[in-house]
Amino acid sequence: MVDFAGWSMPVQYSSILEEHKAVREKVGIFDISHMGELEIKGARAREFLSYLIPSDISNLAEGHVQYSALLNEKGGIIDDLLIYMIAPNRYFLCVNASNARKDFEWISGQAVGFTDVEVADLSRDYGMLSIQGPNAESLLGQFASYPLSKLGYYQFVTTTIDETNILLSRTGYTGEDGFELYISWRDTPLIWERIMSRGKSFGLKPIGLGARDTLRLEMRYPLHGHDINEETTPLEAGLGWIVKLDKGDFLGKEALVRQKQEGIKRKLVGIEIVDKGIPREGYAILRHGEKVGAVTSGTLSPTLNKGIALGYVPTELSAVGTTLGIDIRGKDTEAVVVKTPFVSSKVKKQQEPEKAIIAEDK
Amino acid sequence: MNFPDKLKYTKDHEWAKLDGDVVVVGISDFAQHELGDIVFVELPAVGKKLAAGDTFGVAESVKTVSDLYSPVAGEVMEINAELETAPEKVNKDCYGAGWMVKIKPANKGDLDSLLSASSYKAVVSAGH
Repeated sequence: MVDFAGWSMPVQYSSILEEHKAVREKVGIFDISHMGELEIKGARAREFLSYLIPSDISNLAEGHVQYSALLNEKGGIIDDLLIYMIAPNRYFLCVNASNARKDFEWISGQAVGFTDVEVADLSRDYGMLSIQGPNAESLLGQFASYPLSKLGYYQFVTTTIDETNILLSRTGYTGEDGFELYISWRDTPLIWERIMSRGKSFGLKPIGLGARDTLRLEMRYPLHGHDINEETTPLEAGLGWIVKLDKGDFLGKEALVRQKQEGIKRKLVGIEIVDKGIPREGYAILRHGEKVGAVTSGTLSPTLNKGIALGYVPTELSAVGTTLGIDIRGKDTEAVVVKTPFVSSKVKKQQEPEKAIIAEDK
Repeated sequence: MNFPDKLKYTKDHEWAKLDGDVVVVGISDFAQHELGDIVFVELPAVGKKLAAGDTFGVAESVKTVSDLYSPVAGEVMEINAELETAPEKVNKDCYGAGWMVKIKPANKGDLDSLLSASSYKAVVSAGH
């Protein structure tokens, strides 16, 4: 067990490699109740939310989910988040555990100028489970009263499992087909047990933080506090697809416009070790022996059995195929900029986010 | 967790065993369990001279990197080359097929200063 943003959580239940494999080949269940949930509601909720994020939400419809980020005035990423449109005047946000309180305070502070907007921190009201993997739909189909085949990627419904109310979305952080379930805090253990008890024939395994990290990193999904933070902008992080500069005013817009005009000086890229070695967060990225950046996330990819990393490098070194080095314990280890995701995504693509990530990262 | 009585241990979670003229070294059951799936083991060149407590290599799991410390002073006589392609042997059999190096000790008596199985057990249960 490790401390994670104040939550005691298992790094692994059995083995990171076995858990990773279970999600890629069968199905895994994650207890991610640490995630934060916020709500913005009121007559001007949509207008207010649009001001907080760089994304265009004018096409976001009820029952749909959109990935975006809260930006500060410098265009830096306060947090990344999922937006659930419950109703035109009501939005549910899923945010990172370690940022939930900060996000709530930031949003509340920005709401001062907006009448008719209410912001609530519901993090203690909701537990959260994630069911991910090729067998996720058939496993969850045993319980859910909603026909899951009708639920598209980045869509959600409020439905029931064994008469317990849940919010169910076809979302995840693994690159596999899968679902995230928001359940009342009190009922979450019961739902976990129900799903676990029927999961054996589907190959279900409980998944810890270790495999959650290797799974998301193979997909190049950024992790806030590591690959993105308040000093990095979405344009640098390969998240340009969430930025719509022509949508009207929003926090951080001026900074992003300026950055685009001046040119983006560094970019977050995917890096693969050519031979042996595992890049780790903080290791120097080298070019002809000179430090040009640092690894923000690194691991052994269980799928590729290769060392993979994310890190910022000067834009002129960000093209796929660029030869770099990683300083692994003093050794300049050969590495190369590669296309991401490192492993192809198998989400049920019916919306733009996934495609956009790939397109952005050439 | 298994800590064979016939082995000696360090507080850094290596084990050592005198086998003829050499000391065989590996990591303990506690260490392999804490690290999780070991995916990479870096070992020294044969002939390398080590002082007691020197780093002789690195064991990496998916999640972390851990230095390996020599329990005794001496010269590396042999390394377990099989770990290069099969590092998981350390998880499966840390006291057998997962051994790491064989060191010719400068002084065989150095082994006596290492921890016994029961003292090591106390270190582990104290949470180090």
